[in-house]
Amino acid sequence: MSKVNSSNMELDLDRPNIEDYLPTDSIHEPLGKLRLRDLLDISPTLREAGGAIVDDSFTRCFKSNPPEPWNWNVYLFPLWCLGVVVRYGILFPVRVLILTLGWIIFLSCYIPVHWLLKGHDKLKKRIERALVELICSFFVASWTGVVNYHGPRPCARPKQVFVANHTSMIDFIILEQMTAFAVIMQKHPGWVGLIQSTILESVGCIWFNRSEAKDREIVSRKLREHVEGADNNPLLIFPEGTCVNNNYTVMFKKGAFELGSTVCPIAIKYNKIFVDAFWNSKKHSFTTHLLQLMTSWAVVCDVWYLEPQNMKPGETPIEFAERVRGIISARAGIKMVPWDGFLKYSRPSPKLKEVKQQAFAESVLRRLEDK
Amino acid sequence: MLGFPTNKTLLRDCTDGKKVKGLRRRNKGLKAKRTVSTLILSKNLIEIMGNTSSMLTQYDIEEVQEHCNNTISQQEIVSLYQRFCQLDRNSGGFISADEFLSVPEFAVNPLSQRLFRMIDGLNFKEFVAFLSAFSSRATLQHKVEYIFKVYDSDGNGKVSFSDLLDVLRDLTGQFISEQQRELVLTQVLEEAGYKKDSTLVLSDFMKILGNSGLKMEVEIPVD
Repeated sequence: MSKVNSSNMELDLDRPNIEDYLPTDSIHEPLGKLRLRDLLDISPTLREAGGAIVDDSFTRCFKSNPPEPWNWNVYLFPLWCLGVVVRYGILFPVRVLILTLGWIIFLSCYIPVHWLLKGHDKLKKRIERALVELICSFFVASWTGVVNYHGPRPCARPKQVFVANHTSMIDFIILEQMTAFAVIMQKHPGWVGLIQSTILESVGCIWFNRSEAKDREIVSRKLREHVEGADNNPLLIFPEGTCVNNNYTVMFKKGAFELGSTVCPIAIKYNKIFVDAFWNSKKHSFTTHLLQLMTSWAVVCDVWYLEPQNMKPGETPIEFAERVRGIISARAGIKMVPWDGFLKYSRPSPKLKEVKQQAFAESVLRRLEDK
Repeated sequence: MLGFPTNKTLLRDCTDGKKVKGLRRRNKGLKAKRTVSTLILSKNLIEIMGNTSSMLTQYDIEEVQEHCNNTISQQEIVSLYQRFCQLDRNSGGFISADEFLSVPEFAVNPLSQRLFRMIDGLNFKEFVAFLSAFSSRATLQHKVEYIFKVYDSDGNGKVSFSDLLDVLRDLTGQFISEQQRELVLTQVLEEAGYKKDSTLVLSDFMKILGNSGLKMEVEIPVD
C-alpha cells in the first residue's frame, strides 16, 4: 500500500466540511460544572468507534455483493449445472472467437493507417477514432453487453468535459463504443498498459500515477491544454478516482470542475441480476475481471447523458463537484457517501481526528470556566 | 454438500486458552495460518458454486452466543461474521492493525489506538465478545467494566492518575496543554473526593458512572 504523506495534505483542500456528514455525538452539550463523571464517561466516543467497527459507510462502497445461493435443491441444481456448461462451454468460446476476430480486424486496419497516413493527420485521426469505437463494440459484444443509451449523443466541442461515476474499467469501453472519448486514467501495468500507451494514445488519452504526489500539477496542466484544443476528442473524466461498487458514489475530486468549462454528467448503472460489474481491483486483476464477465450471461446497463452544467456564480469548485455528483447519483438511483475514494490506498488525514479533539477540548475548557 | 470444513476449526484453534498475553497473540497467528489454506480453498469453491452465505453452523453460533452471555442475537452474530470476514482481508483468522485502520471512521476516532490494543489479534469469538458491550442487552455493569478496561491499559485492575491523563490526552490532543490537563484532572478528582495519587478500581467507576445512563449502544445491521 503506498503511503503518500504529501498528497494527504493536498487531499485536505479537496474536502468539503466532512463534519457536516459525520455524527458529532462526542460534543454532548453539557450543563453546568465539569465533574469527574464527565471526564470518565467516554461512551459517545466509544460508541462511534464501535459503530465504525460494526459497519461503516466507506467499506460499504467497495463491497462486492456475493450472489445469493438459489441452486441448492434437486431440480434447480441440475439447471444451474446446465447453465454453467452453457456459459463456460458454449458462450465463452464463441465470445473469445468474436473478440479475437475483432482484434484481428482492428490491428490489420490500425497498423497500416498508423504508419502509412503519417502525413494526413486529420484523416488519420478520424479513421483511428472509428477503429477504436469498433474494437470497443467488439469488446462489448464479447460480454453480450446490452447497453441502453439515454439522452443526446455527445459531440466534440471545445471547452467541455464529461464526468461519469466509475464502477470498472469497462465503463470506459462502454462509453467509448458510442463516442471516442479521450479519457484520463491510471497507468496500469501489463497488457493493459501496453494498450494504453499504444492505441489509446492516438485518441488523446492522458495518464496519471496515483502514487506520485507531483503528478497532480502536471496532470491538471495537461487537462487544461486538452480542453482548450479545438479538435481534440471530448475529454472524459471519472472524478471519483477509483472503482466503486455502483450502489454508492464517493466524493468527486475537484480537478475536473475547476477547468472553467462546461461539465456534462453521465450516469452509469449496471443491472446486478446478470452480473456484478464492479471491479474490485484489490481482489482480482483486470484479466480475471474480464474473464468473469465473459463467463456470465450478459452485462446489462443503462447510460444516461445528462444536461450540461456550468459553475454557478459564487460557487466553489468543490460545491460544483458535489452538485454534479448529486445529479448523477439521483439519476442512477445510488447513494452519496462523504468519503474520499483515495482512502482505499491511504489513511485519512489526522486533521479529521484533530477536529474531534478540538471540539472536546473546547467543551471541557468552557465548562471549567462555568463556575 | 461437499463437506467444507466448518468454522469450528477457526473458533477452536485460535483460542488456545493461554492467558499470557504476548504468547497468546503469537500462538494465535501460527495456529490461524493452519486453517488459512483450507478456508481459502473452501471460500473459492463456495464462490464458484455460487453459495457464499455464512460458513457458520448453528453449533458455532450458539458457542459464540454463550461466550458473550446472550447479549447478541443469532442473526447479529451472522452479520458480525460477514463483517469480520470482510475486514479480515487476508483470511488470517484475525483482523490486523492495517485492516482496522483501513476503516476511515475508525481511524479518525481519538481513542482508536487504545481500542486497537484491545482488539488486535482477536479471533471471531472474542471479537463478538468485545462488541457485546455495545449491545442494547448489555447490562450497565458490563458497560462500566468495558470503560474501565479501556482506561486500565496494563490490565492490573487499577486506574492511576497517569492512565486518566493518557485518555484525556487522546481525547483532547494538542488543544489543551499538558499542565492544564493535569490541573483539570486534579481539580475534578478532588471535587469527587479522590486525591491526585489515588488509584481508582472498578467499584469506584461503578459509583461514578453507575447512576446516569451511558449512551453506548450500537445497532448491528441485520440483512
